Amino acid sequence: MTAMTDQLLGQWNYYLVIILMMIGFYGVIARGNMVKKIVGLNIFQTSVFMLYISMGKVAEGSAPILTGDPTTVYSNPLPHVLILTAIVVGVSTTAVGYALIIRIQESFGTIEDDDIIAQLDDEEETA
Amino acid sequence: MMQHLPILQVLLPLLASPFAALLRGRDVAWGLTFVTTGLAFLISIALFFQQRAIGETMIYELGNWAAPLGIVYVIDAASALVLPVISGIGFIATLAARQLVAAEIDARDHGLFYAAWLLTIAGMMGQVTTGDAFNIFVFLEISSLSAYALVAMGAGRDRRALPAAFNYLILGTVGATFYVIGLGLLYMLTGTLNLADLAERLPHVEETRAAFTAMAFIALGLFLKMALFPLHFWLVPAYAHAPSAVTALMASTATKVSVYVLIRLIFGVFGVEFPGIADAVGLLVLTLGIAGAFVGTLAAIVETDLKKLFAQSSIAQLGYMAIGIGAMSATGLAAAFLHLFNHALMKGALFLAIGMIAAQAGRATMGTIQGAGKQIPITMTAILFGGLALIGVPLTAGFISKLYLIRALLEQNFWLLAGLTFISSALALAYVWKIIEATWLQPRPKGAPVLRETASQYIPAWIMVVATLGFGIYATPLVEAAFAAAHVFIPSVAGAN
Repeated sequence: MTAMTDQLLGQWNYYLVIILMMIGFYGVIARGNMVKKIVGLNIFQTSVFMLYISMGKVAEGSAPILTGDPTTVYSNPLPHVLILTAIVVGVSTTAVGYALIIRIQESFGTIEDDDIIAQLDDEEETA
Repeated sequence: MMQHLPILQVLLPLLASPFAALLRGRDVAWGLTFVTTGLAFLISIALFFQQRAIGETMIYELGNWAAPLGIVYVIDAASALVLPVISGIGFIATLAARQLVAAEIDARDHGLFYAAWLLTIAGMMGQVTTGDAFNIFVFLEISSLSAYALVAMGAGRDRRALPAAFNYLILGTVGATFYVIGLGLLYMLTGTLNLADLAERLPHVEETRAAFTAMAFIALGLFLKMALFPLHFWLVPAYAHAPSAVTALMASTATKVSVYVLIRLIFGVFGVEFPGIADAVGLLVLTLGIAGAFVGTLAAIVETDLKKLFAQSSIAQLGYMAIGIGAMSATGLAAAFLHLFNHALMKGALFLAIGMIAAQAGRATMGTIQGAGKQIPITMTAILFGGLALIGVPLTAGFISKLYLIRALLEQNFWLLAGLTFISSALALAYVWKIIEATWLQPRPKGAPVLRETASQYIPAWIMVVATLGFGIYATPLVEAAFAAAHVFIPSVAGAN
């Protein structure tokens, strides 16, 4: 029993990642408001960042700075580097997304998915 | 210099991009793009022949750091075949872009347009060349982010480009994130991101559920990116409302690169021996591929907007590539590579020709081209040949790829699938005939705008038509190259070819 609880508690980071991932993904899919979609997308991406960062942690490991002492245990720095890149990508995606939302607001007067679709359908009919 | 070619073809467009953004004069920005894509095309052709001559995989180590520590660029028979497709289409689309962009994009934005254009090409070239799984993600996002911006630039003429670009951004990012999740699981299991290294270490952990989950996430993310039915909903609006030049470039290259990355990861990293891959990917991709072929073709038949019509037909054609992948054999993969190559040519020709009409008439619909055969015969003949190639009429390149696709299916005794592939190809005749009839057999309605064509307008499309016909009549070198590419992933079995 203790082994099982240990295992469950030992993997808490993964539970957190999955919960965040599902919250974000739900936001992307279920929300009609485009800003909320982008927020959902950000939560979704953040969960992946956490997945990477938590896997780089080594028990008792310190920050990966060379000390010259061969017995020092370091955490794996590579996932951090990867995620730095992924964060840059995420920020750029958010920026492009918000830029598009501003343009959509300017030309449609709304950022709700349904309203835009309704407007476009009306256009199709009159065309 | 020669040994640096693998990096130069990616680096040139990447470095030229900020300069294009700074150059305000539209002809200067276009000239820079033209020269850069031309050079990239020459380099990828040189690499193709270099690789053929050597006959083995060329590895370029960035900064002289050897794999798996450093990032490597890999030129093997597969990447050497796909690279000239991307840079070549990029080059010819740039040639056509001069007029299309002048007609459709506000003059102030030309520098920015070409900056994004170069970035998306650089990103695609990078995805194909790199031998590092995370590097693929970075290049994927470079090409996708600039593609979202390019699609949105259609908003000057058609505001529907904006929601189309937004949905493309959401789904594209979800797809890319799925890919990264899968990659994270793989990295946890193996501790490496180098593709060759991954392939070596995966067999030790292939029975774990994490490995299977990783494969599922990666495959699903790439299905989204390659617009495999039923994950294709972003594609049609994005293609239909993007500027015409962007439609031509993306329809011929963007989804193809994802097909290539899927092949590279599923076959090159996981491998056909990976447990569950035949059911999870093989069967699934076959089913979705054939469903996509029918859905896309039927949707194209009822569509009246020409850009949407051929975007729907792209869904069907991507379905055929998926069928080639799902056959899980060397012949199937070769057919997928052949179709990737040929479809890029024919869709490039079609969308460039349609783009020229849309740039003049505002929209290209069945009404716009009614009776247009007499006004712009050379452009309409290009569309005619492109359409015939889509059906797979003999003497066009489309015939060659369909031939090998059906051969691959018969090799595996998939009789029903081969029959369905044949039927769905024949159904394409319906929408191609619809266009032929409207163009050539119906009179031009009174009061319809007069369409014009000049040599500079139809030459880019015709370059691709001639290539389509050329590779259809003299297909041997291309077929050999496609089988060489397939054998990178599935070693040849005696008598299979």
